[in-house]
Amino acid sequence: MKMKWQKFKAAFTPAKIRKFLFGMKLTDGFVFKLFIYLLLITIGFVYLYPLLHMISYSLKSLPDLLNPMVDQVPTGFYFQNFIDAFKTLKYFDTMSTSLLVTLVPAILQTFVASLVGYGFARFNFPGKKILLALVIATYIIPPQVTMIPKYVLFYNIGILESVWSIILPATFGQGLNSAIFILIFYQFYRMIPKALDEAAQIDGAGRFYIYFKIAIPLSIPSLITSFLFAFVWYWNETYISTLFLGRSIETLQMRLANFVSAYNAVLGGSGNIDYANEAIRMAATILIILPMLILYFILQRWFIEGIDKTGITGE
Amino acid sequence: MKKLLSRVGHALKTFFLILWTFLKKVFAWIIKIIKKFFYLLTHNKVIMMDYRYLTLFGKLKIRITNKRRDAVYGFIFIGLWVIGFLALTLYPLIMSLIYSLNKVTITAGEGIQFSFIGFGNFISIFTADLDFITYVQAFIGQIVLYVPIILVISMMIAILLNQKIKFRGFFRSIYFLPVIIASGPVINELLKQGAGTIPMIEQTGLLTTLNAVLPSFLAKPIGSLFSQMIIVLWFSGVQIVLFLAGLQKIGKEIYEAAQIDGASPWESFWKITLPSLKNIILVSSIYTIVMLATFANNDIIQHIQKQMFDTSRGYGYSSALAWIYFLLVALILGIVAAMITGRKESKIKHRVGGGNI
Repeated sequence: MKMKWQKFKAAFTPAKIRKFLFGMKLTDGFVFKLFIYLLLITIGFVYLYPLLHMISYSLKSLPDLLNPMVDQVPTGFYFQNFIDAFKTLKYFDTMSTSLLVTLVPAILQTFVASLVGYGFARFNFPGKKILLALVIATYIIPPQVTMIPKYVLFYNIGILESVWSIILPATFGQGLNSAIFILIFYQFYRMIPKALDEAAQIDGAGRFYIYFKIAIPLSIPSLITSFLFAFVWYWNETYISTLFLGRSIETLQMRLANFVSAYNAVLGGSGNIDYANEAIRMAATILIILPMLILYFILQRWFIEGIDKTGITGE
Repeated sequence: MKKLLSRVGHALKTFFLILWTFLKKVFAWIIKIIKKFFYLLTHNKVIMMDYRYLTLFGKLKIRITNKRRDAVYGFIFIGLWVIGFLALTLYPLIMSLIYSLNKVTITAGEGIQFSFIGFGNFISIFTADLDFITYVQAFIGQIVLYVPIILVISMMIAILLNQKIKFRGFFRSIYFLPVIIASGPVINELLKQGAGTIPMIEQTGLLTTLNAVLPSFLAKPIGSLFSQMIIVLWFSGVQIVLFLAGLQKIGKEIYEAAQIDGASPWESFWKITLPSLKNIILVSSIYTIVMLATFANNDIIQHIQKQMFDTSRGYGYSSALAWIYFLLVALILGIVAAMITGRKESKIKHRVGGGNI
């Protein structure tokens, strides 16, 4: 008994307890760790709060919504909201148009950005510095300045209210945030040693052959990351697409923005009464972010680590 | 049955083989044509090209050096962008400046008509468009308040994540999640429902006290900040990852050396961490400002779009608004960049001066 007590006493001397709690340095004690974890979890909860709110509201039935006693957690799972939202959004039809105006520009933009970035990184030509500065300038210019003449231009060419008004700018490196992608690829290709190119050149490879056979395979991670970001940004973009696509081509985001009128048209409400209650709107919102959420959970490695790897932070 | 299947398989195989050989022939043919085309393109009366000289019109001889070839290839590679820049950025930029100096009317029969009115549009913006001026004030307030808060919060979170902790990847992916889903309509829906705020803030009645105590030009942006706290956090996903990447590039040895010299963590934050993050602070503040300026829920850009289809104001007026907005954003970016990059230089000068004395 006494032996045990001695052992116990030896194991928990005040100094040892202090070391356990506060550590040798400031940053490795138990208290500090606990504090950090609590802080991280709290911030994480705040980040996820809107999502939780969305999920809980989307499952509420009408009595639940009206009952002030039911605050955060619904009394039961009520899936009718999702069915209504699904019908209102015309989910699969709208999804296919959404994918069309998202995937195609994203792929084109990624490819063109890598081409242009390679051009800037590998070749010396007069006016290169000015052109690079102009690339950055295109990022800073708000799209509103060029929007109206572009609108008129597209109208004159006859591609307004068609998919081409989104695809064409992406093809010429003027799509959504194209400048960022060009800079990312510029940074990336500058890091690849030139000796590789020279070796290939001695073996008789042309510039384009080198680009397709050496540069592209090396930059596949960057390509994937850039494509994912372009995809997500195009998916979430509404301002330009609302203007250029008009009412003829509706994406999911645009249908959400006009949800009330769409709801009344599809599920037969009348007048300006808001038949689409919060629960249905939240269900619709969930349906819209769902593809991105799934994509994110499968490919999150590419999203986050991609930013490190592409070397955009190394300027 | 088996015999039949194998026969079908055999037939398919031969079919595809024939198809493949045919396609190969077609491809070879196409490539031949393309090669011939390029040959003609570089070996004609106007342009004559061999390995050393490029001869124009049979007279002008230009030596092909590696440098010149490089330049040509460079322009070929960035050609798409150059065309796009000229046609879809520079031309619209100039056109919108011209629009802004005109009254633009659109008639069904004759298309677009301009009538030059000088700075009329700009004058009427500053004298008659009260909405725009209030929006601009709100925007400047938003930038002044949001950018430092977003930067500080994202830096804090990045520093927290940079500690030796478990589940770092998990926390990081939670903090990055909003970047994936935050779009104009989605955030609009959330704000409509009051899901953009932390419930505690509303319950404590913080907002009403704020409104009572502070003057309205201060209370408004601060109030909107609190009521959109989560949205502010949601805007800082990319910045967190940028800061985290920056933090991980700082060598551990520097901190250890500082510790041996007796620096507290507080001191080493100000003297080591912050100076080495300077570039990233610049990048992320530019990113934040541009993101806030172009976000679809921004009042000013909504206003610009609304004026575009307004019958009495139209494209010219709207272009003038956009140009003012552009200059405003450029000015803000310039000030911020100067603030971030300028500080260190003055410090060095000061130190050098002190040394001389």
